[in-house]
Amino acid sequence: MIDVQSVGKRFGDFVALEDVSLEVPDGSLVALLGPSGSGKSTLLRIVAGLEQPDFGSVVIGGEDVTPVPPQKRGIGFVFQHYAAFKHMTVRDNVAFGLSIRREKKTVIRERVNELLEIVGLTGWADRYPAQLSGGQRQRMALARALAVQPRVLLLDEPFGALDANVRQELREWLRRLHDEVHVTTVLVTHDQEEAMAIADRIVVLDGGRVQQSGPPRELYEKPANPFVMKFLGPVSSLGDRLVRPHDLLLSNDAGDGLEAMVTRVVYLGFEVRVELELASDGAVSVQLTRAEADELELRAGDIVYVRAPVLSA
Amino acid sequence: MIVLIPLAAVVVKATEASFWHVVTSPRALAALELSVGASLVVAAVNVVAGTLIAWVLVRDEFPGRGAVNALVDLPFALPTIVAGLTLLALYKDVAYTRWAILLALLFVTLPFVVRSVQPVLIELDPEMEEAAASLGATSAQSFRRIVLPNLWPAIVSGAALAFARAVGEFGSVVLISGNIPRKTEVASVFIFGQIESDAVASAAAVSVVLLAISLVVLVAIRRLAS
Amino acid sequence: MKALRVVALGYLGALLLAPVGLVFYRTFEHGLGAVWDSITTPAAISAFWLTVEVAFIAVVLNTVFGVIAALTLARGQFRGKWLLDALIDLPFAVSPVVIGLALVLVYGRDGWIELPFQVIFSLPGIVLATIFVSLPFVVREVTPVLREIGDEQEQAAATLGASSWQTFWRITLPAIRWGVTYGVVLSTARAIGEFGAVSVVSGKVAGETMTLTLLVEQRFTNYDLAGAYAASALLAVIAFATLLVMTRVRPR
Repeated sequence: MIDVQSVGKRFGDFVALEDVSLEVPDGSLVALLGPSGSGKSTLLRIVAGLEQPDFGSVVIGGEDVTPVPPQKRGIGFVFQHYAAFKHMTVRDNVAFGLSIRREKKTVIRERVNELLEIVGLTGWADRYPAQLSGGQRQRMALARALAVQPRVLLLDEPFGALDANVRQELREWLRRLHDEVHVTTVLVTHDQEEAMAIADRIVVLDGGRVQQSGPPRELYEKPANPFVMKFLGPVSSLGDRLVRPHDLLLSNDAGDGLEAMVTRVVYLGFEVRVELELASDGAVSVQLTRAEADELELRAGDIVYVRAPVLSA
Repeated sequence: MIVLIPLAAVVVKATEASFWHVVTSPRALAALELSVGASLVVAAVNVVAGTLIAWVLVRDEFPGRGAVNALVDLPFALPTIVAGLTLLALYKDVAYTRWAILLALLFVTLPFVVRSVQPVLIELDPEMEEAAASLGATSAQSFRRIVLPNLWPAIVSGAALAFARAVGEFGSVVLISGNIPRKTEVASVFIFGQIESDAVASAAAVSVVLLAISLVVLVAIRRLAS
Repeated sequence: MKALRVVALGYLGALLLAPVGLVFYRTFEHGLGAVWDSITTPAAISAFWLTVEVAFIAVVLNTVFGVIAALTLARGQFRGKWLLDALIDLPFAVSPVVIGLALVLVYGRDGWIELPFQVIFSLPGIVLATIFVSLPFVVREVTPVLREIGDEQEQAAATLGASSWQTFWRITLPAIRWGVTYGVVLSTARAIGEFGAVSVVSGKVAGETMTLTLLVEQRFTNYDLAGAYAASALLAVIAFATLLVMTRVRPR
C-alpha cells in the first residue's frame, strides 16, 4: 500500500533522513521505531505530505503522491498533542473532514454517531475538547481521522502525551480497532514495548537511516546490529558478544563457562536478576526464571560459571 | 486626582448648557455622525488590513521583516500633527474631503488590530491547520474555519480600541480635512471650535457625548475580554 | 502567500512610508542649509527646549506614579482595584481636545481650583495636559511584568532582613527595569507628540508656551510650508529614533 523509495531530507546542515526505503503492506500495522532525532516523525510527515522530501518518492496505492498535497492523499493523521479544533465541539471536530467534502447533513450526523460509538465517546458529542481528558481527546482525534475513510492512517507518537496507564489501555484498544477496521496503519513511537506489543512489522530508524525492518520477533531474536539489539531489549555483554540476559546460562559446574562471582540477587517478582562480577573483569547480569534461580540456590558471594548459548546458524 | 476631577468638571459643565439643544444642533450632530461613521469604517478596514498585516508578519518570511514589524508602531511614535502633514503632502488630491479624514484615521489606528492579533497568531497551534489539511481542507477553508474563529476575539478587541482612538482623533485630521462645518468637521474639531469661541458649555456637552461613546465601546471590550 | 505579502507591504508603504518619505524629500529638497536655518530659529529652538522640558517633567512624574500604581495593581488587594485599573486606561478613551477642555474647566479662569500661579495658557497647564495623555504607559508595561515574576523574590528578601525600601530598590526595581524602560520610551514619544490637548491649554505664545507640535501647526497656517516640513522632519527623526529604541528594549 505504501512504498517509500530512497527518501532523503535535510534541514539546513542536519540530515534528517538518508536513503530511506520501506514498504507497508496493505492492511498491516507498521511501527516506525527509534530514539528522538532518528527521523521517524519526519518520515511520517513526508508520507502524509506535511513535509516534502529532498530526494526520493512516496507511492500510496500504486500512485506517486510525492507532488500531491496532504489534502488529496487520502490519509488520516493523528498528532501527539491531539491538534484538536478547540473552538469546535467534539461532534464538529469529528465531522470536519466530512463537512469539507460537503456531505449531506444527515449522512454526516449518522457517520459521526457511528464513529463516536466506535471510539467510546457517545455521550461527549457536544462537549469541547478542553473538557475532555487526554485519552479522550486522542480518541476523538482518531475518530476525526477515520471519518473520511482514509486509505492510510498515520499516527505520530499518539500516546506520547498520555499517562502511562492510559497509554497502555489505548494501545491495546488501537490494536483491537485495527483488527476490526483493517486500515493500513503506520505508527511512530520511541517506545519499543509499544511497538513490540501491537505492530505486525517494525522498522527501526536511527540517525535518519533504516537499521532493520521485520516482524517483532525477528528483530528481537535476530537483530541486525548492536543498536537494534540494545534498542529492543535488555542486553548483556560477555566478552565481545552481545547476549540477552535471559539467554545466558548459569551453572555451578565449571564446564566451558566463564568464572564469576555473584554480587547481587534481585527478585523481580516473576523473574530473578543475578548480577555477577566476572573474574576476567567486568559486570554482567543474567535473567533467570524463579525456578531456575531456586535450583541453583544462589547467594551473594557464590562462585558460578556463566556461558552464552551456542549461536544457531 | 489628575484624571477624575477634570473629567467630572466636563460633565458638570455640560449640564449647564441646554444639553439636548446643543447636542442635537445640526452642526454638532453632523460632527458627531461624521466622527462615529468614519471611525466605524476605519475600524472595519482595520479588521481586514490589520489581520492581513499580522498574518504576513507572523507567517511569512522575507528580508526586512523585522524592520517592517517595527514600522507598524510608527503611528504610535509620530505626533499626530506631523502625520496629518505628511499625508497631506502626498495625497493632496483628497485634501478637504471626507476621504482625507478616513486616510488620517487609518494612519493613526493602524497598529491596533495588528498588535492585538499578532500574539494570538504566534501562539496558535500550527498542528490544527495541519490536521485540517490532512482532512482535506484547502488553505482558504482552513483559514476560514480554523484560524479565523481563534483570532476573532483579538480582532474585535483591536478594532474596538481602534474605534475609540479614531472617534476622538484631532491632530491628524485638523489640517487635512479642511474642517468644513457639517461636511468635513469631526466632533473633536467642533469641540475645539466651541472652546475657541468661548462657548465652553456647548463644547462640554458634545464632549460628554463623545466620551460616552468611547467609554461604552471600551467597557464593552473589557466585558468581552473577561 | 506572496500575493498577501505584496498587498500588506503595499498598504503599509502607501500609508506610512510614502508620506513620511515624501516629507523628508521635500524638507531636504532645498538643501541641508535651509533646513538647519529653519530649525534653529529662536522660535524653533525655544519650542524644542520647551517640548523637551515638558516631556521630561511629565515622564518622570508618570514613571514614579506608574511604578507605584503597577505595584498596587499587581500586588495589592483592595476593593475598587478595578476602578483604578479602569481609570488608568481612561486617557486612551478621551479625545485630546476634551482633555484640554477638562483642564481649562478645572484650572482655568473661573475654574474649580484656584491656584496662586497661572495654569492655563502657561507652562503648568501644558505639563498637566502632557501628564494626562502619557499617564498609562509605564503602568501598562510594568504591571504584567510584576505579575509574571511574582513576589517570591521579595518575600525571600524580607526573610533575609531587607526593609521595604531595600527590597524595592535592590530586588523589585532591577527585575522590572526593562518594562519600565519600555514604558518610559512609549510615554516620552506620546509626550513629545501631544498636540490636541496642548492646543487647547496653551496660549501659543512663541518662546513661552509654543511646543514643537504647535510650531508645526503655526508654520503651516502661516503658509510657511517649508518651515512646517522642517519642524515635522525633526519630529519624525525623533519618532524613528524612538521606534529604534522601542524595538531594542521591548520586553517580550
